Amino acid sequence: MTRYFDEELLELNKKILEMSAVVENSIGLSVRALRELSREKAEAIVKDDDRIDAMELEIEEKCLNLIALYQPAAADLRFVVMSMKITTDLERIADLAVDISQRVLELADQPLLKPLIDIPKLATLAQNMVRDVINSFINKDTELARSVILRDNEADELRNLVQSELINDYMKKDATTVPRAIPLLLVARHLERICDHATNIAEDVIYMVKGEVVKHRPESLR
Amino acid sequence: MAEITSRKNIIEVKSLSVFYGQFQALKSVQLELQARKITALIGPSGCGKSTFLRTLNRMNDLIEGARTEGQVIFDGENIYDPGTDLLELRRRIGMVFQRPNPFPLNIFDNVVYGLRVHGQNDRRYMEERLFRSLQAVNLWEELKDRLEADALCLTGEQQQRLCIARVLAVGPEVILMDEPCSALDPTATARIEDLMYQLKEKYTIIIVTHNMQQAARVSDYTGYFLLGELVEFGQTNQIFTSPRDARTEDYITGRFG
Repeated sequence: MTRYFDEELLELNKKILEMSAVVENSIGLSVRALRELSREKAEAIVKDDDRIDAMELEIEEKCLNLIALYQPAAADLRFVVMSMKITTDLERIADLAVDISQRVLELADQPLLKPLIDIPKLATLAQNMVRDVINSFINKDTELARSVILRDNEADELRNLVQSELINDYMKKDATTVPRAIPLLLVARHLERICDHATNIAEDVIYMVKGEVVKHRPESLR
Repeated sequence: MAEITSRKNIIEVKSLSVFYGQFQALKSVQLELQARKITALIGPSGCGKSTFLRTLNRMNDLIEGARTEGQVIFDGENIYDPGTDLLELRRRIGMVFQRPNPFPLNIFDNVVYGLRVHGQNDRRYMEERLFRSLQAVNLWEELKDRLEADALCLTGEQQQRLCIARVLAVGPEVILMDEPCSALDPTATARIEDLMYQLKEKYTIIIVTHNMQQAARVSDYTGYFLLGELVEFGQTNQIFTSPRDARTEDYITGRFG
């Protein structure tokens, strides 16, 4: 039996895919802006953000309407409610891409403190986690979602590495490096937060597909 | 999540099958019903849910050609044992029907009808039971000054409350409800649902409903019947968020039935 409601769900799915594509693009751009310390690319990202905010509001409204008008249950309910949550995380990821761009603008004004090694690694990790979690949503692939969750520790470790290096090798030894170290410290923090949001989405994807709660239950992933 | 092991079962249904002539309406149903909880039975028309409800106080005995196999254990006894006192069974497991069915009598006589059937004649005792029953269904204030009025003059909702009061008057433990709100409007339905919520403090309620939102709202446990089979039984929030059986999923999401 096909239902009018199914068309509504397809429409919602399409909107989330559109938003995911824009967010993924935004992350890609911010990582490139960071690698190249490019002002132009950094400025372009800030412009895309209004569009993402509008998409978030539109999807939220759509979800609220679907709940109010159709009272979905079971897998339909999980899809609609998780769509709302996933959208919130996507929007936060886009905000972090903007934050990274702002750090790029700060960094571009002054000579780089040191060659970047771990930050690009972390950037690649974040970008891959976002890409994979979006694919896991599209394909309802819980194994891929699981792999995203398992990569979150790696992100935390890289962030800690960047942080301790900047603090111990630069800031503590020479206070004049502080203005140039802080944007790098923040970039690492922003990237690590992106990985956290990707992890949230991955947990929601697993709940959406299987009805299993894995959030705050690391043991359930093994 | 409730501890499965610590729950108290009031009724245990074991391999219960019902036949209407050649037709098998229930297929070896296995189920435990918990005391002081509301259990909702859902499923498409003809799935066996009403048949199942009626097996719990042997109302199917009244249907020509109906045959039951298996056991329904209530308070340690199989109600299908030959020695079962049906009048006593139906006192302890009462029933409320789809359409309000007050007798063409006044309000007082309606509520105490069951007491009289059970041989009660003490006016003061009956008045006491009447007061408690009408109070329990939130009708006392509305009706206390017109107890001699014809029950058929009440509104549909009042009639349904009265029928519930009539069941309560004889002191049941379990109340079976067969689509008790299907003849009522949404606000009356909401008030009956509130009443069910109050009643579950003292009584075990089993309700058959076509209204899935109603099942989701009022019940603690839900059972899904299809073609005479109990497909899935579980906590209501689990059934409505993550059903385990694909057939339940299809029904609950409106893809089937």
